[in-house]
Amino acid sequence: MVLITRKIEFSASHLYHNLNFSAEENRRIFGKCNNPHGHGHNYTLEVTVAGEPDPVTGMVLDLKELKEILEREVMQRMDHRHLNYEVPELAGQIPTCENIAQVLWRLLDPKITRGKLHHVRLYESPDLFADCYRNGAAAAGKQ
Amino acid sequence: MSMPLKLELGRRYRFSASHRLHTTHLTEEENSRVFGKCSNPYGHGHNYVVEVSVSGDVDPSTGMIANLADLDTFVARQVLDDFDHKSLNEDVPAFRDTVPTTENVCIEIFRRLKSFPKAKLERIRVEETAKNSFEYAGDHPEGNRL
Repeated sequence: MVLITRKIEFSASHLYHNLNFSAEENRRIFGKCNNPHGHGHNYTLEVTVAGEPDPVTGMVLDLKELKEILEREVMQRMDHRHLNYEVPELAGQIPTCENIAQVLWRLLDPKITRGKLHHVRLYESPDLFADCYRNGAAAAGKQ
Repeated sequence: MSMPLKLELGRRYRFSASHRLHTTHLTEEENSRVFGKCSNPYGHGHNYVVEVSVSGDVDPSTGMIANLADLDTFVARQVLDDFDHKSLNEDVPAFRDTVPTTENVCIEIFRRLKSFPKAKLERIRVEETAKNSFEYAGDHPEGNRL
């Protein structure tokens, strides 16, 4: 099995606020991320697909195809958007790295038909990221 | 209902420290053959990067596996306060009799962070320089990547 990873970047704004919490609780739990006017990040997304290279083309999947899927499913949906207000898949959720990574997995998994989605890593900043895997999938080293 | 996913939160921290690779179990000549420049008696330093990965359920009310403030405080108290701007050989008891290679630094950091109460520690990855890195996931030989 071979792992193939493509990286994209998108920029978006968000804020953390739970309507069931008091203003004071929101501030205590979410800190600066609770600023009502939001703030933004340059997100980096790494998408890893696992599969056997096709004997004729030598490819697990055509990177161009993966690029198009990422453009359609991720860039058009999230790039230069406000994640709280403009991305229906995140409605009602706090747009943390963990939640965005899960949403991205669920958007991408059915679209990747050549090879199998193996790993999604979403960086909110170089020092903070979430990893998403299929639960129970066989371990395979990355990096 | 959609299939369950395994989620991990990763966070990078930095500390700068000196060390010397040297063991009393080897002669001086053997030390310098095995450890080369790293055995220089006065030590040398690195800017280390520590990548901490924890897993757990995402709390629907916060969207988080663990609150970053809790993780940051814990890592500072358990690791960074003791390691940053220190001599690993002289200032960290675990390295009095153990060579502070980055393999051993990884294991020591894992040991110190294993008790994080808010999520499960999955693995530690340490970059000694931008060109080399080391990972330790306790008893999980493949880094516990499910």
